[in-house]
Amino acid sequence: MNGKPRGAYRVFLTANLIFLVLLSLLCVMPVVHLFAISLSSNASAAAGKVFLWPVDSTWKSYEFVLGQSAFVKSIGVTLERVLLGVLINMAITILVAYPLSKDSSVLKGRTVYIWIFVFTMLFGGGIIPLYMTMRMLGLLDSVWGLVLHGSVPVFNIVILLNFFRNLPKELEEAALIDGAGHWRIMRSIFVPLSAASIATVTLFSIVGHWNSWFDGILFMNSPDHYPLQSYLYTVVSGMQAAINSSTDLELLLLVSDRTARAAQLFVGTLPILLVYPFLQRHFTKGIVLGSVKE
Amino acid sequence: MWRFIKRNEWTLHLMLVPGLLALLVFQYVPMVGVVIAFQKFIPAKGLFGSKWVGLDNFRYMFDLPDFWNIIWNTFYIAIMKIIVGLVVPVTIAVLLNEVRKEAIKRSIQTLIYLPHFLSWVILSGILVDILSPNEGIVNGMIKALGFDPIFFLGSNAWFPYTLVLSHEWKEFGFSTIVYLAAIAGINPSLYEASIVDGASRWRQTWHVTLPGMAPLIVLMATLSIGGILNAGFDQVFNLYSPVVYQSGDIIDTFVYRTGMLEAQYGLATAVGLLKSAVSMLLIAVSYFLAYRFANYRIF
Repeated sequence: MNGKPRGAYRVFLTANLIFLVLLSLLCVMPVVHLFAISLSSNASAAAGKVFLWPVDSTWKSYEFVLGQSAFVKSIGVTLERVLLGVLINMAITILVAYPLSKDSSVLKGRTVYIWIFVFTMLFGGGIIPLYMTMRMLGLLDSVWGLVLHGSVPVFNIVILLNFFRNLPKELEEAALIDGAGHWRIMRSIFVPLSAASIATVTLFSIVGHWNSWFDGILFMNSPDHYPLQSYLYTVVSGMQAAINSSTDLELLLLVSDRTARAAQLFVGTLPILLVYPFLQRHFTKGIVLGSVKE
Repeated sequence: MWRFIKRNEWTLHLMLVPGLLALLVFQYVPMVGVVIAFQKFIPAKGLFGSKWVGLDNFRYMFDLPDFWNIIWNTFYIAIMKIIVGLVVPVTIAVLLNEVRKEAIKRSIQTLIYLPHFLSWVILSGILVDILSPNEGIVNGMIKALGFDPIFFLGSNAWFPYTLVLSHEWKEFGFSTIVYLAAIAGINPSLYEASIVDGASRWRQTWHVTLPGMAPLIVLMATLSIGGILNAGFDQVFNLYSPVVYQSGDIIDTFVYRTGMLEAQYGLATAVGLLKSAVSMLLIAVSYFLAYRFANYRIF
């Protein structure tokens, strides 16, 4: 702003940069460390030799955990719930955000509808009544239980609704005069024009379903039906050893409970790391839009 | 024009039907289910067959020896998280704003909000590993410096602070975004005027940047009042163990244990209901204040 920084301010700038770089490394190093542990041999990991780079690197831990049927099965459950859950979430998000983005003069009872949706953000029955409801509906131990209980993502609806409201009214009016109905307007005008916002919200939904673990613990009586994150919970909390009594000594030299657990956890972060570049490109806008409005 | 709009109104109502139905079944039916709090609920007898006991569950709850400890833990952890959650992101946003190269700034931002997108299961797995007193890398460093290893997750003296710090580690990058947006929205002519007046960079931060962020800081602080009973179930549930119940057991974890593990449905629902009711009141107050003083509306 005012030419080259000088003196004390320059020292500050350098120190500040070093501090921020260290801080940002602090945010990713634990994940890198996890990855390094998962690729190291048991002996090196136990000797504390592993920091950010694998020592005696081996894929054995991954081979081992991918050979465990409970782990693989839980990945299957997660993929199923992500697919079904995101489709349903998005259908409902768009279908609700569109009408609620109209003025009360166009949609009679808008205020009432909005309160019906927002009230669920303020108050909830709590886990016991929710569990009893799911039981009554016969949704325990079923992937539909995981998919349906959070099928109306009110926060995402608010984000999209605010975006819809800022689209120019003239487009819609012109289409109405040309005889288009609301389905047509939604499909051909609103959705294409909000592609970036919809992408953001979809990514939120994917991440949400992928990361969700407590509903699995709550609604699934049998661990066979656990999604990945719930399965990982049982591993992390020590309910379940990653390695059972294995007699294969050669394997035990390379794989331990710790390296196998690291491998499982890393598999649990992988999809997030993969969608992260897309996520971070879009979502900054979405967040600012959703939390503070001009 | 009006004719065209009105003719199509019913379609709009129709679009809301699936969402409303799902809400009815999965949100509003469980809300009716809170009457379990006033029953000696037995699942086999159902909501209508179970015996009504009035406020017995609530009375029992207040008499529990652990109850006030749990309330205290919840407040203590939540309030610390709120305060740290305001100070750290504001500071980091101001510091990030001083980074001159746009590319570096953006890279740093990209890295710091990564942990936000990982679940507490994953992060707990990582924390348990790196904080382990035997083989963890953090205690490895502490031992290398000649100190005794610290039981971050296994001692009541450390556990609440481990929660606050690790929570902030996960969330500060994400919270920073909003404050950076506020800084970006400050009128550049204010900076120009202050430079003409001979203000140093430090004084610009103090007299332009921070006052520019003040409304947002106040707004965020107000809105956080509603979360004062949310000490973070996901995190605590993944990190705690019976050893640290004394300092780390919070309302939500208590509800889960009494309800789902000990099958004391009435008691657990009563505790949960008390929490939801108080939270709702606090959220209503905080939104009212935010609306009144910052003209904030979600819609």
